[in-house]
Amino acid sequence: MSVEQEMDSSRRNLLVATSVVGGAGAVAAAVPFVASLTPSDRAKAAGAPVVADISQLAPGEMMTVEWRGKPVWILRRTPEMLAAIEKSDSKVSDPESKRPMQPPYAQNKYRSIKEEYLVAVGICTHLGCSPSEKFRTGAESGLGADWPGGFLCPCHGSQFDLAGRVYSSMPAPDNLEVPPHMYLSDTTILVGEDKA
Amino acid sequence: MTTKSQALLNWIDERFPLTSTYKAHLSEYYAPKNFNFWYFFGSLALLVLVIQIVTGIFLVMHYKPDASLNASGIPVAFASVEYIMREVPGGWLIRYMHSTGASAFFIVVYLHMFRALLYGSYRKPRELLWIFGVLIFLCLMAEAFMGYLLPWGQMSFWGAQVIINLFSAIPVIGPDLSTVIRGDFVIGDATLNRFFALHVIAVPLVLLGLVAAHLIALHEVGSNNPDGVEIKKKKDANGVPLDGIPFHPYYTIKDIVGVGVFLFFFSIVVFFYPEGGGYFLEYNNFIPSDPLKTPPHIAPVWYFTPYYSVLRAVTYPLFGIDAKFWGVVAMGAAVVILFFLPWLDRSPVKSIRYRGPIYKIALAIFIVSFFVLGYLGVLDPTPGRTLAAQICSVLYFAFFLLMPWYTKIDKCKPEPERVTFK
Amino acid sequence: MSNRMIKTLKRLAAAALFAPALAFGAAASVHLDRAPVSTDPASLQHGAKLFVNYCLNCHSASFVRYNKLTEIGLSEDQIVDNLMFTGERVGDLMTIAMRPKESKSWFGATPPDLSLIARQRNSAAGSGADWIYTYLRQFYRDPSRPTGWNNLVFENVGMPHVLWQLQGEQVREGDTLKLVKPGLMTTQEYDKAVADLVSFLVWMGEPVAEKRHTIGIWVLVFLVVFTGLAYLLKKNYWKDIH
Repeated sequence: MSVEQEMDSSRRNLLVATSVVGGAGAVAAAVPFVASLTPSDRAKAAGAPVVADISQLAPGEMMTVEWRGKPVWILRRTPEMLAAIEKSDSKVSDPESKRPMQPPYAQNKYRSIKEEYLVAVGICTHLGCSPSEKFRTGAESGLGADWPGGFLCPCHGSQFDLAGRVYSSMPAPDNLEVPPHMYLSDTTILVGEDKA
Repeated sequence: MTTKSQALLNWIDERFPLTSTYKAHLSEYYAPKNFNFWYFFGSLALLVLVIQIVTGIFLVMHYKPDASLNASGIPVAFASVEYIMREVPGGWLIRYMHSTGASAFFIVVYLHMFRALLYGSYRKPRELLWIFGVLIFLCLMAEAFMGYLLPWGQMSFWGAQVIINLFSAIPVIGPDLSTVIRGDFVIGDATLNRFFALHVIAVPLVLLGLVAAHLIALHEVGSNNPDGVEIKKKKDANGVPLDGIPFHPYYTIKDIVGVGVFLFFFSIVVFFYPEGGGYFLEYNNFIPSDPLKTPPHIAPVWYFTPYYSVLRAVTYPLFGIDAKFWGVVAMGAAVVILFFLPWLDRSPVKSIRYRGPIYKIALAIFIVSFFVLGYLGVLDPTPGRTLAAQICSVLYFAFFLLMPWYTKIDKCKPEPERVTFK
Repeated sequence: MSNRMIKTLKRLAAAALFAPALAFGAAASVHLDRAPVSTDPASLQHGAKLFVNYCLNCHSASFVRYNKLTEIGLSEDQIVDNLMFTGERVGDLMTIAMRPKESKSWFGATPPDLSLIARQRNSAAGSGADWIYTYLRQFYRDPSRPTGWNNLVFENVGMPHVLWQLQGEQVREGDTLKLVKPGLMTTQEYDKAVADLVSFLVWMGEPVAEKRHTIGIWVLVFLVVFTGLAYLLKKNYWKDIH
């Protein structure tokens, strides 16, 4: 018998039909197995949005809430802090937040929904350490007389301004991540969800 | 085939016996053309093995073998199973496939073994094939027993308690042996973790090795068939058995039909009756294990009940040793005796189609006894039931022990030269 | 041996083997009423409300998250507003504050977690739902018990009749119960309320049950189609074999 034989059309049709139906069944059977790899209800509950009460936050103060195991900073900026942000425009590597480190509603001058409040994930975009607060301006900060206030990461020295934008020539490549968030009221922010 | 793919195949064949293996074991491996219904269960057993392994892998991604109590007072292992059922997407389906698969495995394997009894598939030259099969059966029982402990429900715990305590009946070494098996003085976290390791990796590896050996042994001598005729005795000019057909495509395609029918019944259980009326997922096992409270009825899972009945049927002490020990011996003997079947059967013919009436009656009595023993195993013992179990146990052993005699005196019909289609 | 002899022998063998079957007796068991279990969202929601108000104080349902109740037709806001009283989040598990060791010393036995109660109480006498349905309607006054209550289904149970205000008070007369003080509900209303609660407990036992059935139908339909095609394919190949 030759290896390649003429197959009658009914046999070929049945082969194709059975293979196609069988293949579809195999794909369908794989669905629950692949689905089982996705986050479970427990993971989703642990990663659920967090409500932050900002009623007690004074101007110049910062609070931290935990969301998905990460620290999320809420900084209530003073008018001086807001003014200082404009001064760093030329010194940061992505002044207009063109890289996708924030939701659309935070792609603006102050990287926030309300000017006054910065909501940012407190993790350095270099290798994951948590930067320290350096809100004192000038020579006192130890970062030079020009230092307008911001954040300094202790691990490799990356510096961020008061809108979380990374300074140029730093180990960190990106601005601090702004998580999805929304205002439930004037005194509560829901971190982790924006019902977009 | 295109020249490119032919070139690739040649490259592989120069370095790996791909085409030669394909020919030797599929397209030019000749199986008897008269396989009937009873010949589906080998490939189905392989299918169920694959189902158990794949579902098992995905279960282990979420299961935690930890007997300690969580904040709500529920053992972590038990809670992890409910986590799989409720919170892991698709977890419920994977779990039900695994639990149904365990029972399906035994149904398929029992039917597969029954085929061997019908057609003498254990007879020369297939004795070693049969021995590998019985070893697989033993491993399967161990695998199922250890797997059943993992959900850590009441039945898991107390079933294991009873069975491991049996080992303590062995004289001299018994109690120490039980302690070594448990890893502790009572069944607990140590037992759970080692059974987890054995169930997930050790026994499956042994099983895979034995299944490979089983198939290699089969392909060495070729399959038996419902007429018990050796098809290799009559070959054509090319050395192909006259009554043989290439396994691929004939039996690959036929076995797919078998798979479809099997999956239909399997799915009815998985999607509509996953508890199997309390036999596949026992009701008591939805209660987290409680070392201080024994459930009113402890029964092993249905596939062990025939052997459990044999165990309980032995009620007399002997030689100063407890009946408990002799029960264990009898239970072990009930399985071990299977190994000797190829040498107990002295009939001139292999298949029941050509045997005399004595074997047919003997086999019928054996099967009925096996079922009755199984049924008795789920019930609590009473004097009447114990007597029934004793009678059936005697009949069970008689099937084997008297076989050299009754198969010799049976009036058989002549075996045909060529296979028949019945 | 003639065929007739063989047949007789077979019959005798079967009879001998089954005679002991006559010695089997059925175990005496409590009679359980048939529970009218529903999967209707309105029933389940009513049952959820009863559960949270009457049961969740002592019994946890620690495998069920509050937001799972969105599957019986409630929104997360409805769940938070109507069914959550102690400041948890909607994604939390229905645990309770009482610690198992303490509740055991107070009640004699730790009130069991109820996530799986409907599956645990299955038996030859009836389904788990039947057991719970009968149990919740067969409490009676018994001054000899520490709680003042006893139960026909579960003798000397440590649980008081939590729903007594709804059912009223029954007393035992022989093996039956008589309602001597009516409660806020008529017998019919109470039975319906208990049916809703039981339906909810059944749902909690396996929330995916209904989805399981639906998917199952599709799987069976697919398998019939696939096996049919495979069979035709087999017949096509095997027509050459004789």
